[in-house]
Amino acid sequence: MSDPPRRLVVGIGNPDRGDDGAGRLVARLLRGRLAADVRIEACLGGAAELIELLREADVAVLADAMVSGAEPGTIRRFDCAAGGVVPGPGGASSHGLGVAQAVGLARALGCLPAVCVVFAVEGADFAPGAPVSPPVAAAAEEAARRIAAELAGKLR
Amino acid sequence: MARRTINVDVLARVEGEGALRLVVDGAVLREAELRIFEPPRFFEAFLRGRSYTEVPDITARICGICPVAYQMSAVHAMEDALGIVISPAVRELRRLLYCGEWIESHVLHMYMLHAPDFLGYDGAVEMAADHPGIVQTGLAIKKVGNAILKLLGGREIHPVNVRVGGFYRVPAKRELGSLRDDLKRALEASLGTVKLVAGFEFPDCERDYDLVALGEAGEYPFNAGRVVSNKGLSITPAEYDAHFEEYHVKRSNALHSRHVGAGAYLTGPLARYSLNAALLSPLAQQAAKEAGLGPTCANPFRSIVIRAVEVVYALDEALRVIDAYEPPDRPYADAPLRAGIGYACTEAPRGMLYHRYEIAEDGSILDAKIVPPTSQNLPSIEDDLRSFAPGWLSETNDRLRHLCEQTIRNHDPCISCATHFLKVEVVRV
Repeated sequence: MSDPPRRLVVGIGNPDRGDDGAGRLVARLLRGRLAADVRIEACLGGAAELIELLREADVAVLADAMVSGAEPGTIRRFDCAAGGVVPGPGGASSHGLGVAQAVGLARALGCLPAVCVVFAVEGADFAPGAPVSPPVAAAAEEAARRIAAELAGKLR
Repeated sequence: MARRTINVDVLARVEGEGALRLVVDGAVLREAELRIFEPPRFFEAFLRGRSYTEVPDITARICGICPVAYQMSAVHAMEDALGIVISPAVRELRRLLYCGEWIESHVLHMYMLHAPDFLGYDGAVEMAADHPGIVQTGLAIKKVGNAILKLLGGREIHPVNVRVGGFYRVPAKRELGSLRDDLKRALEASLGTVKLVAGFEFPDCERDYDLVALGEAGEYPFNAGRVVSNKGLSITPAEYDAHFEEYHVKRSNALHSRHVGAGAYLTGPLARYSLNAALLSPLAQQAAKEAGLGPTCANPFRSIVIRAVEVVYALDEALRVIDAYEPPDRPYADAPLRAGIGYACTEAPRGMLYHRYEIAEDGSILDAKIVPPTSQNLPSIEDDLRSFAPGWLSETNDRLRHLCEQTIRNHDPCISCATHFLKVEVVRV
């Protein structure tokens, strides 16, 4: 019998920067709602840190905030393992090596999990010290519900 | 002849946000300016009124890549103000923590930001597709640096275990011992890194820098020493303000610094190595020799080789500290509060970091001054461009732009710390 897949959820962002905390909020909302085998982690989103987490997973769901110009609270789902590309900021400094670079590096290095999905929630307010804004908090709840459903269903 | 303007609107693979503008008039370089537009951050102002105990945790937030440097300069300056003498074991643990940060920061810069320049890639992701082994090695070495920070600092970024006088908690000997096997593996890999980067092709670019670093401490410098230069300077950190001054230039949100009466100067790997090479461990000295480095180095493109040697040293030194470690009786030393002024310089991965604090009788901060290495290096980086770029004017705009960006990346500028970078504009007329 083969080993069960190693499943991972990572909430990404800075909880002290308003809506940038959306991904971490999703991870927090999922605590206690997922099967016991699912590892839940939180991180600031540095590529080197994230790639070490991805290396140890077969099924990875990443939750993060995004800025795309969409309505605040809009949720987008990217299927990285299927070739989906997470849009990233151009001109990466090492402060800016983030989720897009981590996924790109993991793919280049052959350690991208067989399943790697990113749920991104459009943020509006990224002020230092601000809480997650109400429409984004509501979207985080919806993203958590969709992730829980996927992990109980097709990502089981 | 046509005037060419080359603008790099956002400089890639540097820390923070800045831009470069080059104006080329026929065969003459008219202008080479770094514009730092990352907004100013006002750390020195909002430290006023806070307790001296808060300074390591507040200043750590200046940088996610080199928080330990800020913590170290901060606590040493406060200890200077309060007359606190740290125990030998705490001093050793601080060296170990700094080793962790040098490993993390240098490896990130070498493998993710600088190596793609030499191997001809736009970035680490593109390089990883053709050279996965190189990137895997870098990530593996960096992980050991992270492990040191996590064990000793409580977490990998912005450690929380550093306090004035020492640490909140010191590790047991067996805890540090758990790092040993990973350190030894990383040390082996780091010798391979030196060989790899020594094989890169380096432009023949040398300058007569005023190199400034800590020195005369009887050890390769992290936390101790006098401020020395290759031009004969030897002062204590308390004398720094009399010899170095910051000034504002309109195009930059980062202050620039100059050596009073001398002008631009350079801190960082070239300075540290050129002033202290004989103090590296025998293994690191051997690696430097095999990489073709002499006792000094004045070619900034070779800074990647020095960083690789410093990573060997940091891993070797970490093993030395761990093997010799005996926990102190108390995790920290303290002393009665008093009003005073404290000064400290320590060696951040990018160069010397100066802190000065004036505190009141109740320990509240009256005044703070923080001079990051990038502020000190900005005039020298511009001088590098003015000195080297005229030799590259026959190159295409794309190639010229790339060489100029690389010239800046040689110094691993941390614009976030210095404001606190990059966008390149070339104007040809």
